[in-house]
Amino acid sequence: MHVEKQRPAGSALMHFLYLIFIDPFVQMAQAPDLLAQTLWEGLVSGMLYALIALGFVLIFKASGVFNFAQGIMVVFAALTLVGLYEAGVPAFLALALAIVVMFILAFVVERSVLRPLVGQPDIILFMATFGITYFLIGFGEIVFGGDPKVMITAPLYLPKGAITYHTLGGMVQLQKIDIAAAVIASLMVAGLAIFFSRTRIGRALRAVADSHEAALSVGISLEQIWVIVWFAAGLVALVTGIFWGARSDVSFALEVIALKALPVLILGGFTSIPGAIVGGLIIGLGEKIVEFYWGPLVGGGTDAWFAYVIALLFLLFRPQGLFGERIIERI
Amino acid sequence: MKVRHFISGMACASLLAGGLLVGAAQAQDSIYVPLFTYRTGPYANSGIPIANGMHDYLTMLNERDGGIGGVKLNVEECETGYDTKKGVECWEQTKDKHPTVVNPFSTGITLQLIPKASVDKIPILSMAYGLSASAVGKDFPWVFNPPATYWDGMSMIIRYIGNKEGGLDKLKGKKIGFIFLDAGYGREPIPLLEQLAKDYGFEVKLYPVAGKEMQDQSGQWLSVRRDRPNWMIMWGWGAMNPTAIKRASENGYPMDHFIGIWWSGSDDDARGGGQAAKGYLALNFSGLGSNYPAIQDIKKYVVDKGKSQVEKDKFADTFYNRGVYNTAIVAEAIRNAQKITGKKVVDGTDVRRGLETLNITPARWKELGFPDFGAPVKVTCDDHNGHSPAYMQQWDGTKWVKASDWIEPMKDKVDPLLEKAAADYVKSNAGWPKRTEACDKSS
Amino acid sequence: MLYRETGQFKTTYQSDSAIFPILQDRIGLAVILAVAFIAIPATRNDFIINAVMTPFLIFALASIGLNILTGYTGLLSLGTGAFMGVGAYACYKLTTIFPQVNILVWVVASGFFSAAVGVLFGLPSLRIKGFYLAIATLAAQFFLEWCFIRVPWLYNYNVSGAIEVPQRELFGIIVTGPRATSETRYYIVLTLVVVLTWLASNLVHGRIGRMWMAVRDMDLAAELMGIRLLPTKLLAFAVSSFYCGVAGALMVFLWYGGAEASVFGINQSFTILFMVIIGGLGSMIGSFMGAALIFILPILLRFVPESLGLPLQSATVEQLSFMIVGAMIIVILIVEPAGLARLWQITKQKLRVWPFPY
Repeated sequence: MHVEKQRPAGSALMHFLYLIFIDPFVQMAQAPDLLAQTLWEGLVSGMLYALIALGFVLIFKASGVFNFAQGIMVVFAALTLVGLYEAGVPAFLALALAIVVMFILAFVVERSVLRPLVGQPDIILFMATFGITYFLIGFGEIVFGGDPKVMITAPLYLPKGAITYHTLGGMVQLQKIDIAAAVIASLMVAGLAIFFSRTRIGRALRAVADSHEAALSVGISLEQIWVIVWFAAGLVALVTGIFWGARSDVSFALEVIALKALPVLILGGFTSIPGAIVGGLIIGLGEKIVEFYWGPLVGGGTDAWFAYVIALLFLLFRPQGLFGERIIERI
Repeated sequence: MKVRHFISGMACASLLAGGLLVGAAQAQDSIYVPLFTYRTGPYANSGIPIANGMHDYLTMLNERDGGIGGVKLNVEECETGYDTKKGVECWEQTKDKHPTVVNPFSTGITLQLIPKASVDKIPILSMAYGLSASAVGKDFPWVFNPPATYWDGMSMIIRYIGNKEGGLDKLKGKKIGFIFLDAGYGREPIPLLEQLAKDYGFEVKLYPVAGKEMQDQSGQWLSVRRDRPNWMIMWGWGAMNPTAIKRASENGYPMDHFIGIWWSGSDDDARGGGQAAKGYLALNFSGLGSNYPAIQDIKKYVVDKGKSQVEKDKFADTFYNRGVYNTAIVAEAIRNAQKITGKKVVDGTDVRRGLETLNITPARWKELGFPDFGAPVKVTCDDHNGHSPAYMQQWDGTKWVKASDWIEPMKDKVDPLLEKAAADYVKSNAGWPKRTEACDKSS
Repeated sequence: MLYRETGQFKTTYQSDSAIFPILQDRIGLAVILAVAFIAIPATRNDFIINAVMTPFLIFALASIGLNILTGYTGLLSLGTGAFMGVGAYACYKLTTIFPQVNILVWVVASGFFSAAVGVLFGLPSLRIKGFYLAIATLAAQFFLEWCFIRVPWLYNYNVSGAIEVPQRELFGIIVTGPRATSETRYYIVLTLVVVLTWLASNLVHGRIGRMWMAVRDMDLAAELMGIRLLPTKLLAFAVSSFYCGVAGALMVFLWYGGAEASVFGINQSFTILFMVIIGGLGSMIGSFMGAALIFILPILLRFVPESLGLPLQSATVEQLSFMIVGAMIIVILIVEPAGLARLWQITKQKLRVWPFPY
């Protein structure tokens, strides 16, 4: 039960300070189950943010392209999966076909956008990904219609329901789908990490990230690497789409979640995969805790901008992000 | 030269299109009804069924009766994508073709069009959305928002809760949570909710959801879990609805204590929640299912003949029927206009008079082929809304079912707020035109 | 043949550094102004004036604003929509508090509010640049948007959370509100845009503009040359936000006639950014071209299938136009990454030697 707050005697200012500095911690201590739940929700959101950010990082690292189309790629991948399933394709075949579609997308993007624009300034490539976004919005709506779709979870053997622990004087509830998301995301990150550190292509990719020209000079095919990273980003988009789609629904409104990844990128750095994950978790946790304990002071809804404020403050002290490479400039 | 081809191509395209702009005259032997629809964009999930419903009902009138009063209806969709900018474009694009009435289907677009309506002499029908204050006919002669305002909706929900609790006086000490889209739309009912909280002694908890947080909402529902409100009310839109329903069921919130406004009650909204959403309630003012003669006619004359874009399994779902409801009002207003003026081909000025004398009694609903489809709606010169009752629909796991009788709004609580809001609008819009339009006697 | 500058000699330094040193350019400009001031209002077509030209000019003004920041100073900003919003809300507050003051004064004054906010959010630009800065300006975007919804004082406690434009007069002519004619509104927007463009053009061609461009090309080098980065960058933010703020005020007062906070959302920022990049970074004329392409092209595309007699649904047309605009952005970037302005320059260059190219 909620215990009535004890207001200290004194001025309104004192009360205000109390609300900011003491009351939230009192609440945390009084209801540890809610604190645990908040932390869990923060971790889950954070991991989902990290997934989106991962798609950005992969592409930025290898090609220096700030890929704004990652958001629409998430929608497109999820729509392909659900659209095929609704058309009668078995779930896992639909999953495989969605992967194939993401590969085709990567290939087409490389051929028609990246290759002709090689060597252009970053902002031009950034702009080109807006072109891709617009194109995919129109294309996706023509093919799949604007109707929202329900993400298929049962046919993909994703678990349903929740595990409830009665502990800490209350209860903590973990959604099984969130746990599944955490496991699959970790597996994927681990897989990507191994792929990029242990395989030939992975080493080539890191070479490309260091310097395009040097990589070319030792016989690495830039085109091939780009197709691979865009495809990897497409896979990440598909996984992101499945889990965000399961949290809400699969519609074009899902595109805006790309914006959630941007503060994560600032925190983690644009080129660091561990950075994306740690950044995502920090943002997710911070956002949920602030909204839950401090949000009511300003009428709630702080999660609309809080992540950006963290990012902004962070920028002032460590502009390259947590794990970003220090930028050295020559004149 | 690549560049030169490109330039000349662009020039040709713009010349071609420029020529087209001018030659868009319209033959005047039909009644022009533009439909502002949004089948694209992030809110398309709500827009598509409504667009289909509106389009199919008017097409059915053309096919079955040859239009209204023997005059064919010229139905044309203008895509807004729920984007204010495109809504204004649609207005400018259609206004020279003498539209009879405009249904903006977006609060943002409605706000922009309200000042234009009286100047361009085109009535606006914003069915249960838009500016609540526009219900005051003496200040807004060209704007109509039947059958009920958001404030009516809120008062109906509170009345329903009161009934369930065993009387409005039993609300004392209860806690009611309000989760809403953090925009003008979601914030509008808050003054009334707070007023009612004071009057009946219940406590209000607010949970705003920002537009781009629609897909998450875990923070809000955690707060709900902490605050344990006895009832939850939702003013949601687009992807916010299915997400909220999922989060509510995950958090173990009792679904039959969770009530949405009429825009939070589409089939798509609840379908995502599936069985877990069972019990979820939403207000509705248009009938459920296809079991009405007029809807059967739509099937016979339009859908079965392949003249509709609706998917078979989405025919006559909640929002489809709401689109039908909207155009049923439009059609009735056109009929009224023909009766009053004696003209066959009516224009916006006539239809404004038609809307102002709108009076759909239960008997009239039956005549139209919609027995008990909607509550009686009566619009007068002073009251452009009607403040008609609505009912609760409940999700049974696979479809919506009717869960209550018609619930009357609390007119005494809503009216003062409306009057004040309209007065404020007129005051802040210095030079707002005084009503000059004469008032017709109700037919 | 026609476009040749042979024989046009400059005898003073002033005339050589004029913005339009070539006679033909001045004639061209006069023709464009004549079309804008006389021919377009003469069509008396509300669709062209109200739904095409007025918004086009307003977007062009906002693009000039962003171009000053991104094109001339090299600071990428995604907060344009919010800065426009600051202008609109400031203008609304000012004219409701002091209704007797001329509305145009407030439109311009609201630009200064926007400039102040712009400077505040421009502070991080001292430490960061590129995409990091872009994301920092996103913080401004989301925070200001939240304020537009959450601070009811800004919209005078309106229950719908919207701002509505009151009727205001100028020399006895109604210029805002529903009863103002579209021609009046168009003339005001046009005049303001012409004056402000002229000012901006002078600014970027002068000492300040050169400082901005030095910072853009390499800020460290600029600093070594004695340009103080802090005031220069903040001035760019201020001027840019001023233009955006005025554009925002014009948008609500002379085009929409009322607005919700969502009008100043992130999409608005992106739209303006498209215009700037497609038009050409660091080019005044590019801002106009970009605004024309991004804003007017989708409108034209709506009419194409109808005129060709294709029975397409309006939704399909919309989807196709999304695809076409997307493809068009990519094609233009591939053909000429420096934007339409560069294409225009190439064309001019070719015209100079036409019909005898060497």
